[in-house]
Amino acid sequence: MGELIVFYLLAGIAIATALAMVITRNAVHSALFLVLNLVVVAVFYLLLGAPFVAMVQIAVYAGAVMVLFLFVIMMLGAERVGGATGLRWQAPLAGAMGAALIGGALFAFLQTPAGLAPAGSLPAPLGDPATIGERLLTTYVLPFEITSILLLIAMVGVVVLARDSRSEGK
Amino acid sequence: MVTLTHYLALSAILFGIGAVGFLVRRNALIVFMCVELMLNAAGLAFVAASRYRGLLEGQLTVFFVLTVAAAEVAVGLALMVAIFRTKKTTNVDELSSLRG
Repeated sequence: MGELIVFYLLAGIAIATALAMVITRNAVHSALFLVLNLVVVAVFYLLLGAPFVAMVQIAVYAGAVMVLFLFVIMMLGAERVGGATGLRWQAPLAGAMGAALIGGALFAFLQTPAGLAPAGSLPAPLGDPATIGERLLTTYVLPFEITSILLLIAMVGVVVLARDSRSEGK
Repeated sequence: MVTLTHYLALSAILFGIGAVGFLVRRNALIVFMCVELMLNAAGLAFVAASRYRGLLEGQLTVFFVLTVAAAEVAVGLALMVAIFRTKKTTNVDELSSLRG
C-alpha cells in the first residue's frame, strides 16, 4: 500500500513537471522543470532496483546534459524566443492527436495486463554496478566499444560545427 | 501493489506530453528538450520491464540510450549555435530556407 502511495505521488510530480515544461513560456524555467522530471525518473529507477542507471541518469542527464542546455539557452539569449506561436489550427490538432496517442497506449496496456505479477513472484532486483559492468565488458562488449567511438565522433563533430568559419584565416 | 502496467501507463503519458510539446512549441531548444522527455519516458518503460521480467538487458539498453542521447544533445546544441550565428533566431518557424 505504501508503495502505491509513493508511486502515485512521484507519478504526479513527474506528470506535473512534464506539463509545466511544455506550457511555461520561459526556456530557462522549461529546462529546470525538465531537470526535476529527470530526477523524479531517477528515483523511479531506484525504486525499480536499478541504482546504477539512476546514478548515470542524474550525473549525465540531469547534470551534464541539462547544464549544457542551460548554458546554450543563456548564451543565445533564447529565453523568450518562440513565445508568440504562428500555429493556428495545428496546435489544437496536435493536442488532440497527443491525447489520442496517450489514450491508445493506455488502452493497449490496460487490455493486456503485462505486470499483474503477484507480490512474491517478482525476481530479485538486479542492476548493481558490478553486475552491469561485468555484463557490459563480456556479453555486450561490442556495443560498448561502438559507444565510445560514437562519443568520439560526436566530440569531433561538435568541434567542427562550433568553430567560427570567419576566423579560419587568422 | 505497483505493477508493470502502472509504469507503462506513466511512461505513455510522459511520452505523449513530450510529443505534444514537440509539435506545439516553436523554440528550437524547447523542441529539443521535448525529445529528451520522450527518450526518458521510453527509458522508464525499459527499466520497469527489466525489473518485472528479471532481465538486465532493459537497464543496459537505457545505458546505451543515455550515451546516444548525450552525443545527440552535444551535436544538436552545436548545430543550434551555428544556426543562431547566421540566422539570429531559434524559432523553428523562421528557419524555413529549405521551404519546408
